[in-house]
Amino acid sequence: MNSALTFAVELAWWQQTSIRAVVGLLAVLLPAGTLVYLFLFKMMSFMQSRLGPMEAGPFGSLQLLAEVGKFLQKEDIIPVKADRIVFKAAPFVVLISTFLLVLVIPAGPDAWFIDVDTGIFLALAVSSISVIGILMAGWASSSKYSLLGGLRAAGQLVAYELPLVLAVMGVVIQAGTLNVQGIVMAQATGEIFGWGGIGNPFIITQFLGFAIFLVAVQAELTQPPFDMPVAESEIVTGYLTEYTGLRFLLFFIGEFATAGIFSALAATLFLGGWYVPGIDPTSDLFNVIGPAILLGKVILVAFLIFWFRFTYPRFREDQLQQLAWKVLIPLSLANIVLTGILKVVF
Amino acid sequence: MSALPKLALPRVPGLVKGLGVTLKTMVRTLTKGSHTVQYPRVKEAPTPRARGVITLHEDNCTACMLCARECPDWCIYIEGHKYKAPPRRPGGKPRQKNALDRFDIDFALCMYCGICVEVCPFEALFWSPEFEYSEPRIADLLHDKSKLGQWMETVPDFQEYEAGSEAKKLQVPR
Repeated sequence: MNSALTFAVELAWWQQTSIRAVVGLLAVLLPAGTLVYLFLFKMMSFMQSRLGPMEAGPFGSLQLLAEVGKFLQKEDIIPVKADRIVFKAAPFVVLISTFLLVLVIPAGPDAWFIDVDTGIFLALAVSSISVIGILMAGWASSSKYSLLGGLRAAGQLVAYELPLVLAVMGVVIQAGTLNVQGIVMAQATGEIFGWGGIGNPFIITQFLGFAIFLVAVQAELTQPPFDMPVAESEIVTGYLTEYTGLRFLLFFIGEFATAGIFSALAATLFLGGWYVPGIDPTSDLFNVIGPAILLGKVILVAFLIFWFRFTYPRFREDQLQQLAWKVLIPLSLANIVLTGILKVVF
Repeated sequence: MSALPKLALPRVPGLVKGLGVTLKTMVRTLTKGSHTVQYPRVKEAPTPRARGVITLHEDNCTACMLCARECPDWCIYIEGHKYKAPPRRPGGKPRQKNALDRFDIDFALCMYCGICVEVCPFEALFWSPEFEYSEPRIADLLHDKSKLGQWMETVPDFQEYEAGSEAKKLQVPR
């Protein structure tokens, strides 16, 4: 177990673990906060020709702290007929899925949480845990809106999990490994027809995969235009209807932290992760600047995700399912076949 | 299976156009500023015919009660008394006049329909574009005649109607 920490002093296991826990918490919350402020608060306002929060801190930069403080003050209301234990546990299940997702994303050649050979498989597997949390929330709330929202969410997340996985398959075939670090390395050391100037970011060869991945991520996050599960004009806020205070905040954090982590996943799989051209990919410098580079790429991908979010109106439920099953899945299957053939040919 | 609706593919040119609209709006907001203002610090000038608050020109009021009777919310309270004014010519009869004792509008009830302003035959009621008169206590929204009169100076001059419309033209007493 080596990491960026080993260059200093030999730390006890518990010390390493607690540092990892703190860094992991930071890796989840920092991008989430950045995305919420930059995109949800500011970019959305600018796209609607208004200023957004301006009072808390310079240009409203402390607004998020104020919001968190507000949610923490609120009463934690549990409906009388709710299944109390399941109701209470649901937001944590969603959050666990988010925290497990961040583990596989490397931020430098030696800066990673876990390095497993089936990294990307693990990421896509743990991302499905949130479905359970959302179903728990929908079922345990004992509210028809929550139940409808939970069922819609489950149907949607299962449908869009498939194109998500299949879009990643193209990258995996091209890189020849499931290891996320290996995929980054394959991009860093890759060549485009013998020219290795910028490596070979897979967005060039796997552009279709990237597009499908972004659409599927949008749906996985239940963001507009795929926000049928929380369609406020039909079912209040879906599975979130009965939640207040801290538990609502956890769902909120979960949504935007997952947005950040899926952006990081997209950046890692398609844009070269922590690597920028011009520096040797094995140099120690990347352990220091890697996280910042990754965050920059995350913001780039998240810009696209949130741009779509603020532009498009909501899909109808049948249109939403048709897009997944009749368009995205055949397209991603074709992408896999094409990638496989080209992989064999070249 | 026959009831399945036809597959609706997203129309790509329209989708791209939509992205362009939001991006253009963002760039315009960042370069030229937003359409909104930061209210307590920056104040927008209301349009001249804005229905902010109803103001009373007390000298013109004859306590005829027309406004109070037409008010759909019954939010106007008028009390008056008759008195004998001295005759115009020497040797004439003393004239009977109405004096206004109380003229209150309860802005907690008022729905800003403007019927009172319309029906007033003596041009005693006007719209003022002032809007900053909220109160911590709802009872304080019952404005008496001195408070209603203080907005008289904010009443803008009469704005010409659009061509072809004929309506009562208020002469603002100055």
